[in-house]
Amino acid sequence: MKIFLNFLVASVLAGTPLLFGTLGEIMNEKAGHLNLGVEGMMAMGACAGFMAGFISNNLIIALVAAFVAGLLGALIYAVLTVTFMADQNVTGLTLTIFGVGISNFVGEYMLVNSKTNSLKLPEQITAQISNLNIPGLSDIPVVGQLFFQYNAFVYLGIVVAILCGIYLNHTKLGLNVRAIGENPGAADAAGIKVTKLKYLNVLLGGGICGIGGAYCSMIINGGVWMSNSVNGLGWISVALVIFASWSPTKAIFGSFIFGAFNILKYYFPKTLFVIPNAFYDMLPFIITALVLVITSIRKSKENSQPASCGVNYFREER
Amino acid sequence: MNNITRKAKEPLMRTVKRAERSKIDTMKLRIIAFVLALFAGGVFILLIGYNPFELYGTIISGAFRSKMAIQATIKFMIPLLISSLGITLAFIMKFWNIGAEGQIIMGAIFSSYFALFHSDWPHLLLLVVMFVAGFVGGGLWGLIPAFFKSKFNTNETLFTLMLNYIALHVISFLRDGPWKDPGSSGFPKIARFDANAQLDKLFGVQFGWVIGLILVVVVYIYIKNTKQGYEISVVGESQATARYSGMNVKKIILRTMILSGGICGITGMIQSSGSDMTLASSVAGGVGFTAIIVAWLANLNPFSILMVSFLFSVLEKGSSVMQSTYGISTYSASVLQGIILFFILGCEFFIRYKFVFRNKGGTRA
Repeated sequence: MKIFLNFLVASVLAGTPLLFGTLGEIMNEKAGHLNLGVEGMMAMGACAGFMAGFISNNLIIALVAAFVAGLLGALIYAVLTVTFMADQNVTGLTLTIFGVGISNFVGEYMLVNSKTNSLKLPEQITAQISNLNIPGLSDIPVVGQLFFQYNAFVYLGIVVAILCGIYLNHTKLGLNVRAIGENPGAADAAGIKVTKLKYLNVLLGGGICGIGGAYCSMIINGGVWMSNSVNGLGWISVALVIFASWSPTKAIFGSFIFGAFNILKYYFPKTLFVIPNAFYDMLPFIITALVLVITSIRKSKENSQPASCGVNYFREER
Repeated sequence: MNNITRKAKEPLMRTVKRAERSKIDTMKLRIIAFVLALFAGGVFILLIGYNPFELYGTIISGAFRSKMAIQATIKFMIPLLISSLGITLAFIMKFWNIGAEGQIIMGAIFSSYFALFHSDWPHLLLLVVMFVAGFVGGGLWGLIPAFFKSKFNTNETLFTLMLNYIALHVISFLRDGPWKDPGSSGFPKIARFDANAQLDKLFGVQFGWVIGLILVVVVYIYIKNTKQGYEISVVGESQATARYSGMNVKKIILRTMILSGGICGITGMIQSSGSDMTLASSVAGGVGFTAIIVAWLANLNPFSILMVSFLFSVLEKGSSVMQSTYGISTYSASVLQGIILFFILGCEFFIRYKFVFRNKGGTRA
């Protein structure tokens, strides 16, 4: 029971960076942009967040820096795909290569120029991102551990997910965005500012991805800078969007489930039978592939990709 | 009065299609974009406190300063060139094969089987079998997403991507278990290939460069002068058109992806038996992704791919020299590559469209 509880908690922790990435990609896709740059934007956020935290020793500044870095990455993508109508697949991929490159580059640059040859977050900020301890609540057995002992990112992620859900489903702005994602021509004719809203959503999405990146660099490696801290999580996030069927609230559970796959190898009872570690590492990717196949076979109209996703909108082409 | 309110409503600028540019104009535009990209890269170098001219100079001289440096540059180029050619076939069909990485790995695994367990075969026979095995491994790995794409319209971008990671972990499975070198202490690894299973050298560089050059010509002819190549481009333009003219779209998708993955698989065979001399988990090492940039920059033309992949390997080699001289990370290569492609992607716009600003007679454009 104790192990199972630890497993659940670890799943939530492992799923949180995925949650941010998934939310960011949902924001993109709802506006009709398939952004394959999530990995890159997360990497940029990872670097900016860590370095800002390292220098300022302040969590808020780190989060803002991560958000802005992700947003800047998304800005490159938005200018190229929304305004210059470049191919979304290639632009996103380039953003990934560029983002991961610049993140590792700056990381190594800081490392070489550091006195101790390692970068570790200062204590004050480490305390801010360590697990929460609310007197009373956190001490309740089981419930306390399951709900009130995570780090700040976890709660922030859930709040952002709920806010995204409200924004996309219950605000005029969000509904307009979804209209653009389905049929930009019709939305344009109805007087919706297509370009402006596309920019808004792509940039917001990028910023959210950036925060997910900060999780990777600041939490996963225990506050020590390591290259490639995002390491494929951004790509899983892109796929998770399908698993969550483009719903921010479903993304919460989707990412925790995938978080569980990621850490299963540490918790699966070895006494039953031994499975090589490589198979556990493969698991999230195999499941994602299966999800892709199953959703494409089912082809439900309701839970599907926004219709214009991947196609750039050129106003004068009708 | 009426006039004024109308003016206020007109957007500051709008986008319109322009008359097609001539080939020379297009070329000029791309060169301008490239120069701008180098300029932007220079600003970046300046920001981190170095002299851009000096660093660019180091990249060029680093790649060409000696015979050994040139050989190393070409060694970088081989996998990039061949996998770009493979990707190109899929991209012409607008099949977003992001899975070159995995296909390279699978090709390497298949060919390594023979290198590890049949190294006693006659040298030439062994290498030919390894070559074919590499093609088959990569081809099968490319066939899986193609099958689901043609049958259920499964998103191939994500599917091929997931197969990359699965392939990567297949290597670590083999390394930790069945193919573990019993002779090595410490971290588990796969044994070094027997000399008999290593690719020969020609002019001091592994034979892969000759295969690469041959493939450039073969792929070019295949695309431009064969019926199958024509079919690929029709499917890429419009599946409906292809179907209407009686083509078997499913068959074309499957066939093309076997070829595309197969060529990437050959990359894996060449890289493992020609450069690494073993099956390492870094056999693809990001080449599959860079190859996408190369293919796109080269406009999916095999001869341009040769040029661009050479340029990129100069960047790769030069950046490794930059690391040893200035202590600047080799990731600078991917940053520069990214910047170059961003600018080229942006410049494509000006080939087909133009901006019309308010009050500049846009209505008559």
